Amino acid sequence: MLEKSILEQIATAGDEAALEAVRVSSLGKKGAISALLATLGKMSPDERKTQGAAINQAKDKVTQALAERREVLKSAALDARLKLETIDVTLPAREPPAEAGRIHPLSQVWDELTTIFADMGFSVAEGPDIETDDYNFTKLNFPVGHPAREMHDTFFFPPKEDGSRMLLRTHTSPVQVRTMLSQKPPIRVICPGRTYRIDSDATHTPQFHQVEGLVIDKESHLGHLKWILHEFCKAFFEVDHINMRFRPSFFPFTEPSLEVDIQCRRDKGEIRFGEGEDWLEILGCGMVHPNVLRACGIDPDEYQGFAWGMGIDRIAMLKYGMNDLRQLFDSDVRWLSHYGFKPLDVPTLAGGLSS
Amino acid sequence: MKFTLSWLKDHLDTDEPVEKLADKLTMIGLEVENLEDKAKALKPFTIARVISAEQHPNADRLRVCMVDTGNGAAPVQVVCGAPNARAGLVSVFSPPGTYIPGKNITLSVGTIRGVESRGMLCSAAELQISDDHDGIMELPADAPIGVAYAEWAGLGDPVFEINLTPNRQDCTGVHGVARDLAAADMGRFKDPGIKPVKGEFPCPVKVTIEDPKLCPGFALRLVRGVRNGPSPQWLQQRLTAIGLRPINALVDITNFMTYDRARPLHVFDAGKVKGNLLVRHARDGEQLLALDGRTYTFDGSMCVISDDHGVESLAGIMGGEASGCDENTTDVLIESALWNEINIAQTGRKLGINSDARYRFERGVDPAFMVPGLELATRLVMEMCGGAPSDNVVAGNPFPDDRVIDFPLPEVRRLAGIDVSAAEMKRILSHLGFMMAGNGLVVKIAVPSWRSDVHGKADIVEEIVRMVGVDKVAMTPFGRGEDARKPVLTPLQLRTRRAKRALATRGMVEAVTWSFISKAAAQLFGGGQHALELANPIASDQSDMRPTLLAGLIAAAQVNADRGLGDVALFEVGQVFKGDRPHDQLVAAAGIRRGFAAAEGLGRHWSGSHTADAFDAKADALAVLAAAGAPMQALQIVPGGPDWLHPGRSGTIQIGPQNVLGYFGEMHPRALEALRADGPLMAFEVILDRIPEAKKKATRAKPALELSAFQPVSRDFAFIVDRTVKAGDIVRAAQGADKKLITGVTVFDVYEGKGIEDGRKSIAIEVTIQPREKTLTDQEIEAVAAKIVAEVTKKTGGTLRG
Repeated sequence: MLEKSILEQIATAGDEAALEAVRVSSLGKKGAISALLATLGKMSPDERKTQGAAINQAKDKVTQALAERREVLKSAALDARLKLETIDVTLPAREPPAEAGRIHPLSQVWDELTTIFADMGFSVAEGPDIETDDYNFTKLNFPVGHPAREMHDTFFFPPKEDGSRMLLRTHTSPVQVRTMLSQKPPIRVICPGRTYRIDSDATHTPQFHQVEGLVIDKESHLGHLKWILHEFCKAFFEVDHINMRFRPSFFPFTEPSLEVDIQCRRDKGEIRFGEGEDWLEILGCGMVHPNVLRACGIDPDEYQGFAWGMGIDRIAMLKYGMNDLRQLFDSDVRWLSHYGFKPLDVPTLAGGLSS
Repeated sequence: MKFTLSWLKDHLDTDEPVEKLADKLTMIGLEVENLEDKAKALKPFTIARVISAEQHPNADRLRVCMVDTGNGAAPVQVVCGAPNARAGLVSVFSPPGTYIPGKNITLSVGTIRGVESRGMLCSAAELQISDDHDGIMELPADAPIGVAYAEWAGLGDPVFEINLTPNRQDCTGVHGVARDLAAADMGRFKDPGIKPVKGEFPCPVKVTIEDPKLCPGFALRLVRGVRNGPSPQWLQQRLTAIGLRPINALVDITNFMTYDRARPLHVFDAGKVKGNLLVRHARDGEQLLALDGRTYTFDGSMCVISDDHGVESLAGIMGGEASGCDENTTDVLIESALWNEINIAQTGRKLGINSDARYRFERGVDPAFMVPGLELATRLVMEMCGGAPSDNVVAGNPFPDDRVIDFPLPEVRRLAGIDVSAAEMKRILSHLGFMMAGNGLVVKIAVPSWRSDVHGKADIVEEIVRMVGVDKVAMTPFGRGEDARKPVLTPLQLRTRRAKRALATRGMVEAVTWSFISKAAAQLFGGGQHALELANPIASDQSDMRPTLLAGLIAAAQVNADRGLGDVALFEVGQVFKGDRPHDQLVAAAGIRRGFAAAEGLGRHWSGSHTADAFDAKADALAVLAAAGAPMQALQIVPGGPDWLHPGRSGTIQIGPQNVLGYFGEMHPRALEALRADGPLMAFEVILDRIPEAKKKATRAKPALELSAFQPVSRDFAFIVDRTVKAGDIVRAAQGADKKLITGVTVFDVYEGKGIEDGRKSIAIEVTIQPREKTLTDQEIEAVAAKIVAEVTKKTGGTLRG
C-alpha cells in the first residue's frame, strides 16, 4: 500500500525539488520507509525475516524509482534550459587573419625560383643594390664609354672626392662578380635581386627584379645551359612541355651569347605556354666571357661556365597574368589581395609551386 | 637597321622566300623585329576608276559613286565621303572583306543613309603609306585599272627591320647582312670589289689631323663640275622605303653608302669651304648650326672639322648647314674618315644627337674600307652628277693591327658542346671573311677588318655556333652532383622568408614599394645624407635611397585610404640604406596598421572590434622577431623611440642598448603631417640583420622534456602602483621573488579610474608556482606569496590591493 503510494508520488513529481520531498518523506530519517525499518527491531526473528525482506524490497524499489525519475527530470530540465539558450548562427564568423593576409607575387615567385634551383643544386647569392662602376660594368667587360653601357640607363650617386661615383646596379651581374671573387669553382648560384634603370612605362619601371644564374666549373657548356633553362621553364610555368628558341645575341659579359624565346599562345589576356605561334623573349644567357673570368681571377683556359638572367617581375607577370608592371609597386590593396598569395601557400616541389 | 628585299638582293644572290630569310636572320643573331610586306598587306587594294559620282539623296557630304574595278566586272556602287570623289578619277578600291590597316577595321557591305555601299575608295592614310587623309588617292589617269595598287606603286618590296646588337657594326650596312646570310647558306654573296677612280688633278684642299686618337684617318676628294639635282628613282625608292627623305643626289649618296656599306660619309659644298680642313678639338662654347637646323654648343672634349671660317662639321655625327650641299653645288668635297668610337658616343650623348653616322661610328666602322668607300662614293657621284675627280688626300694611318687568333679546334666542343668538323669551321669562317690556316689541332685565324668585335677564341666559337645553328646544340642533362641536399638559403634569406609569411599570417598584406623616396621623407627617418642622394633621379619624390620602409608604406596606406580603403594593414620586408657601402644595406621588416585593421581582424565586427593600437604594432614586431629566430627571452622593451613615433606610445626593442632591433608604436602626428598622411597610424620596423645568429646545433634532436610530477599552483595579486610604474617591472619583480619556484607571471588586468586614486593604477598578475621536489604546504605557498608582495613593493612602491 505504502509502496504503491510512494511510487505514485515519485512518478508524479514535476521537478527535482518535488522529487527530493518524496525522497525525504519516504527514505529520509523520518520517512515512512525508514519508520517501517525502525519497527524491525521490535519484531520476533521469524517476523523480522519475512517483514524485513519485504520492507527492504520496497526500499530498493523506491530508491531505484527515485534515481530513474531524477534522471528523467534532470534531462527534461536540461532540455528546457537549452531550449532557451539559442544563438543566431548566421552571424558571421571573423575571417581568420591568415585568410586576409597576402604575400606579394614577387615574393612568391622568389620562393618558387629558389625551390626549383635549389633542387638542381644551386645556392642563392645576394649583393648590394649600391654598386661600384667596376663591379657593375668594368669587370663585366663593358669598356669605358662603350655603347653597350648606354643600353643601361644608370642611376648615379654624387661623385666622391676621388672622382669615383657609386651607382644603382643595372643588373644583378655584380653579384656574379662578387661570387667569383670570393668563392673558388665549382660555383653554382642564382642571384636574385632588385635592379634599377632610368625608364618608366607599362613594361619598364625604374626599379625591377632580376634573377641570374652562374655556373663555373671545368666542363659546363651550352648544352647544359639549354637543359637547365628548359627544365626551369617547364617547372616554373608548370607545363609538361615547352618549346624554346635559343638564338645568338650579344651581351658584353658572355660569349657566345644567346637570347631565349618561349613559344606561347595569347588567349584573351592569358598566355598559354607549350602551344601557339608566338615567340616571347624571356631571358638572355651565354658562356661567361673570358674577360669576365680573368677580371674575377679565374683562368678561362682552365675553367668555363655559363650565366643567364631574366626579369622576376616579367616571368611573374607572364605566369600569373598580370599585365602592368607598375602595379607591382603601386601597393593597391585591391590588386595585392587579388594577385597576392595566402601565407600558407608555400611553394614546394612535393606539393606544387602554386596551388 | 632597315633594308628592303631588293636591296638585299643587290648583295645576295638568292631565291629563298622572304619569310625564310627573316627566320634565318633571327637565328644567326640578326633579330628581325619587323618584316613589313606591303605587297601582302595591301593585296586586296586595286586600282579603280570612278565612272560617276552623284550626290547622296540623304546626306549633303556623301556621294554615291559607280566604280569600274577592271577585269570586265560590273561597276560597283560605293558611298564615299571624300571631297575629291569625282567622275573620271583613278583611285584605289577595296572590296568588302578587306582589312583596312589605317582604320583597323574589316570592311563589310554596308548601307549608308539608306544607300548600299559595296566597298571603299581609299586615302593614303587608310593604307598606312602616308599621313595623307585629305581625300581618296588620286592616281595618274593611265594607271592600270584592276591591278594591285602596291605592285603598281612599287611598294612590293618587303622591308626588314633588324634589332641590331651593338657589337655588329658590319651589319649596319646591307652588304654585311648579305655576307652573314651567305655564310648561313641563304645564297651567294656578291662582292665584286671596288675599282679606284683615277684622279684628274691634285686635291686643292689639305687635311691636318690635330689628335690622331680622335681621328685615326681622314680621306678627302674633290669632284668638280657636278650637277646636283634629285637622285635617280631607284635610289629615292630605296631611301623612302626605309623611312629616309630623299634630298638631293649628293646627300642621298652619303645616306645610301651609310646603309649599303655601313660607311657614313660627309659631303661639303667646296664653294663654301674656305682654305684647308683642320680636324681638331672644339673650343669650349664654339657653336655650329647643324644640318638638322639646330645650333649646338661644343666643349673641348668634342671633335670638329674646321676651315678658315671656323667649325664646318661635327666630326662623325652631323655636318654644318653653312657648308652643306644643295642644288647649286658644283664642286663637292667628299669626306670618308674614321673616328674614335667612345668620343663619338660621348659627344652624341652629350649633345643629344642620334644620327645614322653616330650610330655607326660609335660602333666602329671598317678602317680598311675608308679609302674604298671614298672611291665607291666618287663613282656614284660621277654617275649621278657628272664632274671630274681630284686625287685622294689621305691623312692619318687608317690601318689597324691585323688580328690573328690561335684557335684550338676542340674549343667549339668545350664551350658549345657540339661537334663541328674542321672543314665545316673553315667553310663558315671563310664565308664570313676570316682566314683559317694550319692543319693541327690549333689553327691560326685571321680576323677581317670589319669584325672589330672579334678578339678571342670564344668569339670564334660564337661565329661557328651561330652559323651551324644553336638549335643543333643538344640539351645535356646537368646532374646536381654528389653534394648532400642541404638548405641553400643563408640565415638572412631564411629570416626574410619567414618574416614575410609570419606577417601575412597576421592578416597583413605585403607591399613592394620604391627603394627611393623624397629627400624630406628620408630626412624625417634619419636618412637623406648626400651619399645616398641620386644624381639623376627620375622624379623629385624619388630622389633619395630609403633609410626605412615606413615612408613607402605610409604613402601607400594614404593612397589606399584616398580610394576609400581606410582599414589597411600593410607590410614590407626589404632593403634599407644607412650608407653607400655594402654593409650599410640592411634588410628591414616593417608594417603599418590603419583604422580598424587591428590584429584580430580587418574592419568592424559584431563581436567587438577596436581600432589598431600600439600593442598591435608591438605584437607584429615581436611576431616577426620570433619567426626570424630572435632570442625572445633576451629582448628588452624600452619605452619611447625615435622622433617619428609618438613619445608616450612607442617602444624600442633591443638586446642591450648597443643592439637596437627596432621600434613600434603610434606614428607621431607631426611626422604624419610631414608625410601628408592622416592618422592615427600604428607602425613597427625591425632590422633582421641585427638578430643574433643562433648557435648551430650538432643534431636536430630537441632537448629532453622534463615534466613535473607535482601540480602547479596559481595565485592572483593586484597591486596599486604609481601610474608611471611599468608593468614589465612588476612582472620582473614577481619573477625575481623565487626564481626556482615561479615559472610564469602574466598580467591579466590593468585598471585606472573609479576606486583608485588619481595618479595611480591597479595591475593584476597571475603567478604560477611550480613545486619541484614535493607538493607545497599551504604555509610554503603563503611564504612564496609574501615574498612576491615584498619584492614588488620594494621594486615598484606598489601596495597589495585590498
